[in-house]
Amino acid sequence: MTFQSFIFYFLSSVLVISAVGVITARNPVHAALLLVLAFFTSSGLWLLLQAEFLAIALVLVYVGAVMVLFLFVVMMLDINLARLREGFWRYLPLGGVVALLLVVEMSVILLSRSSGFGDTALPPDLPAGYSNTKELGLLVYTEYVYAFEIAAVILLVAIVAAIALTLRKRKQSRYIDPAAQIGVRRKDRVRIVTMASEDRPDGRTRDAGDGKEGRQA
Amino acid sequence: MQYILPLWPAHAEIFLLAMACVILIADLFVRDENRGITHMLTQLTLAGCAVITWFSANDDPTHTFSGMFVGDLMADVLKLTTYFVVMTILVYAREYITLRGMFRGEFFALVLFATLGLMVMISANHLLTLYLGLELLSLSLYAMVALQRDSAQATEAAMKYFVLGALASGMLLYGMSMVYGAAGSLEITRIAALIADDGAKNVVLVFGLVFLVAGIGFKLGAAPFHMWLPDVYHGAPTAVTLFIGTVPKLAAFAFVIRLLVQALGTEEIQGHWQQMLAVMAVLSLIVGNITAIAQTNLKRMLAYSTISHMGFLLIGILAGGLNGYASGMFYVIVYVLMSLGAFGMILLLSRRNFEAENLDDFKGLNQRRPWYAFLMLLLMFSMAGVPPTVGFYAKFAVLQAIVEAGHAWLAVIAVIFSLIGAFYYLRVVKLMYFDDAQDAAPIVPRADVQVLLSVNGIAVLAFGIFPQPLLALCVSAIIASL
Repeated sequence: MTFQSFIFYFLSSVLVISAVGVITARNPVHAALLLVLAFFTSSGLWLLLQAEFLAIALVLVYVGAVMVLFLFVVMMLDINLARLREGFWRYLPLGGVVALLLVVEMSVILLSRSSGFGDTALPPDLPAGYSNTKELGLLVYTEYVYAFEIAAVILLVAIVAAIALTLRKRKQSRYIDPAAQIGVRRKDRVRIVTMASEDRPDGRTRDAGDGKEGRQA
Repeated sequence: MQYILPLWPAHAEIFLLAMACVILIADLFVRDENRGITHMLTQLTLAGCAVITWFSANDDPTHTFSGMFVGDLMADVLKLTTYFVVMTILVYAREYITLRGMFRGEFFALVLFATLGLMVMISANHLLTLYLGLELLSLSLYAMVALQRDSAQATEAAMKYFVLGALASGMLLYGMSMVYGAAGSLEITRIAALIADDGAKNVVLVFGLVFLVAGIGFKLGAAPFHMWLPDVYHGAPTAVTLFIGTVPKLAAFAFVIRLLVQALGTEEIQGHWQQMLAVMAVLSLIVGNITAIAQTNLKRMLAYSTISHMGFLLIGILAGGLNGYASGMFYVIVYVLMSLGAFGMILLLSRRNFEAENLDDFKGLNQRRPWYAFLMLLLMFSMAGVPPTVGFYAKFAVLQAIVEAGHAWLAVIAVIFSLIGAFYYLRVVKLMYFDDAQDAAPIVPRADVQVLLSVNGIAVLAFGIFPQPLLALCVSAIIASL
């Protein structure tokens, strides 16, 4: 086993185990962290394929930005996970059997001699000074520009859909009215209440000037 | 610049995208009571697309965007049908969505983006664009189903649609990656050439094909991948059901033709997918026609009827050859026309806080408005395949193609289950004509709905009496594309 294939099998097994962990972990924070591990190992796999740009983008975008947001959501929202996970163990045997059957069938086909899956030629060695980023950039804006634009439209639809589904005018929502803020006067903010001075129950006298009490309007 | 030239075959898409963005922004400055402006702009956009497509139509397939886009006669015919159907949908749906608080700019933007997704799929010459077009369509549809936020039913339908749609997309993507691994290209014309050169690994190709067919089955709503369809049709607001139940089938047909026929159409591979489609077609006919009998909700009944119609469509495609594909294309256009009218009738009878979606709501329609009862009768006869309506001719063309292809047993099964299916279509006719009306509310549709619905109903009859022009168009479209 060469060093490269050792790395491949190591990363792949970590990836599969962490991916299983994501859906079985009871604690949502653990699940999110396992997902980070899954992304990290898959970026390692991409490095093995010499796709440096994609590997780094995966770490930066998914691990750096998306997962942090995800953790925020998990911590900010009080989601009842016990209810979400209801029926997980009940459906696990059936789902497991189906998954196992799929894996067995797929490996029978792909590992068979006639599939010819193993004799795919290795990609040619890349010349020195080859820049993965530059090549990708060239392709995305020339050959794949149509697909690139459609992907952009899909993101636009995602924005429109997210806003259309969540934006609602609520009557009890609180917001700041800058005009009212500027137009405010002293007497709107502070109300001066004059009260007669009273003796304290323990009989000691009070200092003068304590009778005024400010209250925020 | 040689990568994107020529640009003209894609002018309609570019125009639609630009106008969708304009409408999105213009809608911000429109008050709620003037929302009709957005509606009108949307209609004008679609009409503009129709004009552009009409004038840029070209008999020879034109590839552009470095082979990712193809403009051919099939694409032009399907796109023009799409524009007209979407325009009709917007007219039918106007009253309904206004009464349910969905008459907002986002609805129109999502409709336009979904239409763009359909166009991208119809004109795709690359597995990547096929997939991206499908996702653009699906994402817009998920949002449209969920747009009525206060309805628990609609939210549930959107959730089911989203989860199962994502699963189907995953399957498709996995199948596509296998095809890429086996053939070494994502471009449809190149895949076909590579397979023909025997440079492809057949076992991996067939392995990928299984996933592709399963994904297509999900998207078409063919049994055994039909589980989402009744729930989504039933739960979605009827205006959205009208959209989901009609135009996506046109794009799905193009999807099947591009993927299975143009890319994987060599004789050996064709033999593989024909078997799979045959199983799906028979199951769809059985499940669709038998389960529809038990339904009391018209939207659910039409959903099951969709499943059985998809069975017929698959039979047309698996018959193969010019006649098979042309009859499939004819069938899908006719199906969209009938489905448009049938859901349009549900919208017509619905009013504020009332959905005319139960079969009982159609009781005695003949006493209330005889003309609409007659139109519904035409539509139901057409769906059942009663001559002289166009539904009969569509079924006849498919059966002729499959018998010619030597699979007479499929034709026998299709006829038997069509006869069973005729029961539930004729039940609607019986309810309309022989039962007493339970509901005395007046039916006062807008003038444009009256005209379009009448045209829609009459078209079902007219195409049935003169099917030749449409069929000839389908045949020449298929000849030009293959």
